[in-house]
Amino acid sequence: MSASGARAFGGRALPLAGRYGVVAALALLILFGVARYDYFLGAFNVLSFLRYNSMFALVSLGMAFVIMSGGIDLSVGAVAALGSVASALASGLGWAPGLVAGLGAGLGAGLLNGVLVVRLRIAPFIATLATMLAANGCALLLANNESVSVSYDTGFTEIGQGDWLGLPVPAWIALLAYAAGSVVLNVTGLGRTVLATGGGEDAARLMGLRVDRAKWAVYAASGTLAGMAGAILAAQFGAGQPIEGVGWELFAIAAVVVGGTLLTGGEGSVGTTLAGALLLGLIFNILNFENGRGFISLSAYWQSVIRGLFLLAVVVMQAKLSGRAAAQDT
Amino acid sequence: MLERVAVAPAPAPVRRRATITEFLARHGAVVALAVLLLLALVATPNFLSLRTLTVNLTQVAGIVVVALGMTLVVATGGIDLSVGSLMAIAGALAPMLFLGQLVPLPAPWVGVALALTVPVLATGALGWINGWLVTRYRIQPIVATLVLLIAGRGIAQVITNGNLQAFRNPAFQVIGLGRLLGLPVQVWLMAALVLVFALVVRRTLFGRQVLAVGGNERAARLAGVPVARVKRLVYVISGLCAGVAGLVVIAINSASDANLVGLGMELDAIAAVAVGGTVLSGGRARIGGTLVGALVIQMVRYILLALGVPDAAALVAKAGLIIGAVWLQRQGRPG
Repeated sequence: MSASGARAFGGRALPLAGRYGVVAALALLILFGVARYDYFLGAFNVLSFLRYNSMFALVSLGMAFVIMSGGIDLSVGAVAALGSVASALASGLGWAPGLVAGLGAGLGAGLLNGVLVVRLRIAPFIATLATMLAANGCALLLANNESVSVSYDTGFTEIGQGDWLGLPVPAWIALLAYAAGSVVLNVTGLGRTVLATGGGEDAARLMGLRVDRAKWAVYAASGTLAGMAGAILAAQFGAGQPIEGVGWELFAIAAVVVGGTLLTGGEGSVGTTLAGALLLGLIFNILNFENGRGFISLSAYWQSVIRGLFLLAVVVMQAKLSGRAAAQDT
Repeated sequence: MLERVAVAPAPAPVRRRATITEFLARHGAVVALAVLLLLALVATPNFLSLRTLTVNLTQVAGIVVVALGMTLVVATGGIDLSVGSLMAIAGALAPMLFLGQLVPLPAPWVGVALALTVPVLATGALGWINGWLVTRYRIQPIVATLVLLIAGRGIAQVITNGNLQAFRNPAFQVIGLGRLLGLPVQVWLMAALVLVFALVVRRTLFGRQVLAVGGNERAARLAGVPVARVKRLVYVISGLCAGVAGLVVIAINSASDANLVGLGMELDAIAAVAVGGTVLSGGRARIGGTLVGALVIQMVRYILLALGVPDAAALVAKAGLIIGAVWLQRQGRPG
């Protein structure tokens, strides 16, 4: 659906292999894990995997929309940290105020990005970089440079630690968010406007599309989702953590790229972004299992090396598949 | 008729305001630096001492060296996010070389010589990979250099197993702790590099090719500029600069921590470039501006620190500074 939408607006559709390669890779990696490790599909591993990676999935979803609109949001990690502090501070009032505080902090940061990008016309890269610094500073100020313990009496921790119908609550939240994101992208005019904006902003403007509204929407959504991830973070680990979230934006960008969304904007898919986020998380999971077998001992530091190599492989493949490899090279 | 007379003078103040913004857009960084220096003079004790000057220059040297390479990359319309991670790699390699952990050393000076060259060459080579990805596969610079931003620090951590390497090697640490004519060696190094870069941009064919590529890539290609080669070279230069900065930082600290060396440096360097007036869309390179931009960032940090403002608030101030600078730049652009 989204591919046809992009084509209708003149975007270049990736060949199927580029788009669904990530799903195939995810399936292969899962098969590899099932064949090699005994408890890979055990309830404990699957549930803790989903519980932990839901946060990254949420942040990646917001990033996907921003990137589809031709922008980028470097502030998501710092905003998640801010959200975790805000919701931890408010968690004593009840689980709902805690959740709202996290979402509100995220929305506020998203709107700040909107002001900078839409109103002041500052390049998204710089604007969200500044928001990242500001959110980081605000989180530290709010938390007084310490992690903030959440209240255990109000049921707030259920948001991160609870289960419902056999699945972790964060996984439900992420699933809902992805379902909503998919509907917005594929069915609504807003989704088409986002893609058209990323495909060619001037053209979209000339066609009379409400480009600015689409941009406001994607940055607000990205901020709110990061705030949600922050609330989950606080609930899951029992504390609001002002210095968490470092590098989350890189994870999210990598997940979006691995998921086949073009970084130039104008094209993308919500489902494969989820696959991309799960794939990157799974690499770490498999690394843990491999270490557990004792034949090799790869430290956690290998994680970022492997992720980087993975990102490299994907962007090179993307470039080759979409036929953009330079002929000019000397 | 009467109406016309009444209306005519109106545009004048508008135009004057425009020239003020234009002036600020062009010289905003210098004005900001002057204001900050005055502020520091009034508000902080002992600002006019050699010690304070030395501390500030020592701290800014690393940012300036990295930002110089970044200026060239930005001038071609690119960006290099990997500089901080490359610093960590250089910082991880150097102690292993002069401590003789990688290759046996016939004499101590061999180790120091290796430690001063090999890490820098290594980061230069990694910079070449950045440039290769950008030119060969036409991957956007943000993404191409993101690969090494993520993987590079991992490589440094894997090399050192995440351990802190503490050392004492006076010969190597000259670049961080030594003094020449009363000023730290790295300040001289910084000044020399600023001069070299300014000359390269203004006087050499390569400098002009860099600006041509950033200004209009297609036109540059049609005019016979070897676009791919120029681009690869700027990323190599950026990698070399990051390597040098990494060595300086660990020499100052007498220790190398792969988790921390150069962390967030890409932000400081980009901020210095932007505040200094090099437009991020490419086509211009203001080396002197980058130096001033880095000094502005350093002065803000120093003043807030001297006034006892918490680090966290300093981050917010830095954010405002970057936005203000870039916004002013936009106002000054013709049309």
